[in-house]
Amino acid sequence: MEFAVLLLTPLLGALLLAVWGARPRAAEINIALSFGTFLAAVAVTVRVINEGNLTAAHEQFFLDPFNVFLVTLTAFVGLTTSIFSRPYMRIEMEHGRLSHGRLRLYHSMYQLFMTMMLVALTTNNMGLLWVALEAATLSTVLLVTLYRTPASLEAGWKYFILCGVGIAQALFGTILLYFAAEKVLGAEGVSALLWTHLAAVKGELEPTVLGLAFAFLLVGYGTKVGLAPLHNWLPDAHAEGPTPVSAVLSGLLLNVAIYAVVRCKILVEGALQSTLPSKILMIFGLLSVVLSALFLWRQRDIKRLFAYSSIEHMGIIAFAFGMGGAVANFAALLHMTVHSLTKSAIFFTVGHAAQKAGSQRIEDIRGLLSLNPTIGWGLMLGSLAILGFPPFGVFASEFLILTTAMKQEPWATPILLLALGVAFAAIFSRVQSMVLGHSTGKRLPHQPALLPVFAHLALVLLLGLYIPPYLADWYRAAASMIVGN
Amino acid sequence: MSTVAWLTQFLEVLAALILAPLFLGWVNACRAWLQNRRAPSVLLPYHGIRKLFHKDAVIAASASPLFRVAPYVVFGAMVAAAAVIPSMGTGLPFRSAADAIALVGLLAIARVFMSLAAMDIGTAFGTLGARRDMMIGFLAEPALLMVIFVASLLSATTALPLIAERLVVQPLALYPSLAFTAVAFTMVLLAENARIPVDNPATHLELTMIHEAMLLEYSARHLALMEWAAALKLFNYACIGFALFVPWGASIGSTGIGAMALSLPALLVKLAVAGLWLALLETVSAKLRVFRAPEFMATAFMFAVLGLLVHLLLGA
Amino acid sequence: MQHTPFDLQLLNACAAILLLLSFAMLAQRRIVALVNLLALQGAMLFIATMLLAWRTGQNHLYVSAALTLGLKVIALPWLLHVLIKRLNVQWDSEPLLNVPGTMLIGLVTVVFSFGLAQPIAELASTATRNSLGIAVAVILLAFITMITRRKAMSQVVGFLSMENGLFFGAMSATYGMPMIVEFGVALDVLVAMLVLGVFFFQIREQFDSLDLHNLESLKEDQ
Repeated sequence: MEFAVLLLTPLLGALLLAVWGARPRAAEINIALSFGTFLAAVAVTVRVINEGNLTAAHEQFFLDPFNVFLVTLTAFVGLTTSIFSRPYMRIEMEHGRLSHGRLRLYHSMYQLFMTMMLVALTTNNMGLLWVALEAATLSTVLLVTLYRTPASLEAGWKYFILCGVGIAQALFGTILLYFAAEKVLGAEGVSALLWTHLAAVKGELEPTVLGLAFAFLLVGYGTKVGLAPLHNWLPDAHAEGPTPVSAVLSGLLLNVAIYAVVRCKILVEGALQSTLPSKILMIFGLLSVVLSALFLWRQRDIKRLFAYSSIEHMGIIAFAFGMGGAVANFAALLHMTVHSLTKSAIFFTVGHAAQKAGSQRIEDIRGLLSLNPTIGWGLMLGSLAILGFPPFGVFASEFLILTTAMKQEPWATPILLLALGVAFAAIFSRVQSMVLGHSTGKRLPHQPALLPVFAHLALVLLLGLYIPPYLADWYRAAASMIVGN
Repeated sequence: MSTVAWLTQFLEVLAALILAPLFLGWVNACRAWLQNRRAPSVLLPYHGIRKLFHKDAVIAASASPLFRVAPYVVFGAMVAAAAVIPSMGTGLPFRSAADAIALVGLLAIARVFMSLAAMDIGTAFGTLGARRDMMIGFLAEPALLMVIFVASLLSATTALPLIAERLVVQPLALYPSLAFTAVAFTMVLLAENARIPVDNPATHLELTMIHEAMLLEYSARHLALMEWAAALKLFNYACIGFALFVPWGASIGSTGIGAMALSLPALLVKLAVAGLWLALLETVSAKLRVFRAPEFMATAFMFAVLGLLVHLLLGA
Repeated sequence: MQHTPFDLQLLNACAAILLLLSFAMLAQRRIVALVNLLALQGAMLFIATMLLAWRTGQNHLYVSAALTLGLKVIALPWLLHVLIKRLNVQWDSEPLLNVPGTMLIGLVTVVFSFGLAQPIAELASTATRNSLGIAVAVILLAFITMITRRKAMSQVVGFLSMENGLFFGAMSATYGMPMIVEFGVALDVLVAMLVLGVFFFQIREQFDSLDLHNLESLKEDQ
């Protein structure tokens, strides 16, 4: 019941907002819908905590500790982003960058995007996972090009084509998976793509086929994660769209994609009886961290800067999942949570900062602290958090990952540390120049909604200082599930 | 080997010699009909050859002996090829020599001598034609070899008579690989025999000609031999195609004159259809610029390799 | 050589023609012809699916055959033709590589994909398992088609051709995916094309051309 509400609220909401159009209160409806989704997510989570794993609709959907925590996170960030986007979009309208039609498109697609991410997270069917991820991409392509500027069109085109091609590889991987599963689970095809069934028999799946399938799946979903060298589309798409879209793309869609990769990895590793897939994931992760740290130095656009930072963090998460083991997986899950919260908070402040300056170029943004202290502090604190300053949650997860790396993969630790240092210097120097100094900006026509920013940052701080025991249990359950025993 | 067998072999070669100009005439006549022109007589090539044999030969002062020898070598190579190709029967005495790869070599000898002779005099057009001809040959040969490989993979032999026999004996089936190679072979045939789209046999514009440019210095009996050899070449290629793709109708195994006589009508029918088909192809396609010829040959090669790959994968 | 039944021969022929069409698309420069080749590829896929459905008696294959016919033979080519007409993009520019070069790369790709598919094909129990290599080849050839083109429209055609290859791969390895997935994929493809249609008009409105040269300004150091 809660589950049906969880998926149907945003889906029907998308239709409603498409019909509602640009009438007044569309933004409020958007918030209300997101809130409903969030409530449903909480209810589902409570049920999973109390009753254990759930399946629904003939096992087509299922919830276990791993995905239910992502569902809650997604619904939460979805809610805060909708709150943030209300004043943000109004300001954009007044600046003349949006028309009513485009606002309607934005609201409707936003809800559709949420639906597709939730479907991708909760589906038990590996085929549906693919369908939902592709649909999530498609629903955001037109959002990336919402401003119709040449740059945004180029970003949208890259996003569409590169992710399309990438995800086509994932489809082939899924076909191979089905091919292997069909031999074990029977040709009727009822259960052969259901993850729970696959996981139960993963030891019997044909290793050669699954090995090949993983190569395709990793390339396919890895493109969506933005793992280097498949990351080309990501900075463009995240930088050129409206800021709320950047926030959900960076904060949520990347999580969903890496969730898909990890699901596949569990199956493949069970079949191969080796840690090769993990090793590959680790290498990809490390490469992403290093490359993005280097690219960070060349960024002049503030949103591109943080988009590259997303690649870096996805690399860290992939690396952690690749290392495996209960602690590393725990840390990876924690990092997914805190990155999501912090990155979306940063994009919120960045969005308003850019609106103030009338430009996304770093050199045009100056003196945020003197102009609007809340935005300035938000950006400063958010950046410190994402860079892994101690009291924040990112520090906790990165610390865990680094210590585990020292123990399990000592060779990787210096590389990781160095890359983190390089990234730190790059981002910090730029943020400093934006926050301090003299301002040139103008007043915004509407008061920005910065509650989400500080809510997110408070949560991240909380997670850094103290992880509530039930949350820790929950992470542990998920982590041990990913380890696979 | 019995005398009858040798006699049959001799008759087959004789038939090739006689039918070759007729086939050429038939193709030209078909082409004329398809283009709404009044067709020349089918027998025109005979008249041409006969006329040339009655003329006095004029040879350039700078010609070396090679120039005089070349027509005989080319003609000889073509006759030898005609003897080897199982156009009417597969049980003839030359059967053991009928290796497809050797056949390609035999055709290459003819080409080499022809090109050398064309360059021998040292005129610009001869050299130009020779160079172009070598380029096309260089591109066509791999494609032709690929075609032969596919056929030999299907029947596990490179002997042309055996390939033909196996195909006849096997139950009828769809062979996508053979279909692809047949396309490639047709393209090779067009290119090697100086037909449109690669060359125009009827051209009189020196800059675009390939085959004709090589014969500019020849006259009388030498020219007659060269033209007869060209007709034989076309005939031979057609017969290789029949052996590889449509061997039905040729007498299998038997060496008797009676069996040969029976296979003659089948050959005539196949030649008639092939001639019409060639004329049709030449009518619907436009002559390519010389520089586009590599593209044409690359496509032929692609078809042949595709046939090979499809065969390897699908076993068909 | 053992004798293969006639319907299987036909299926093999379909597979071979699919491969041939992929090569034709690789070499084709004109966008209208490219779309027609795509439709032809869809038609081959439809015939192959029908044959397979008839051969194996699996009813869901009839459904996916119908889906193929409706979507890949009729709807998408029609949509693309309309787009071409409305946007007035009749000609494609020269591809980045010349034709013989592309052909050679294509042939190497086919060899590679046959090698790739070999271990899987050996494990498969379907009668069509040999076509798996062809499916992989079609996918990779479509990929090359996309790489070597500059125009947005031809890239999209390459993308759809890749989808055809994927579909054919699913069919030859496992007689198709579960119905729900197939419907989902078909829906995604359809939506993708609609999004694209909108997208093309946006690009066109902005640049007056569909040449992707225009979309190359987002470099690292702008």
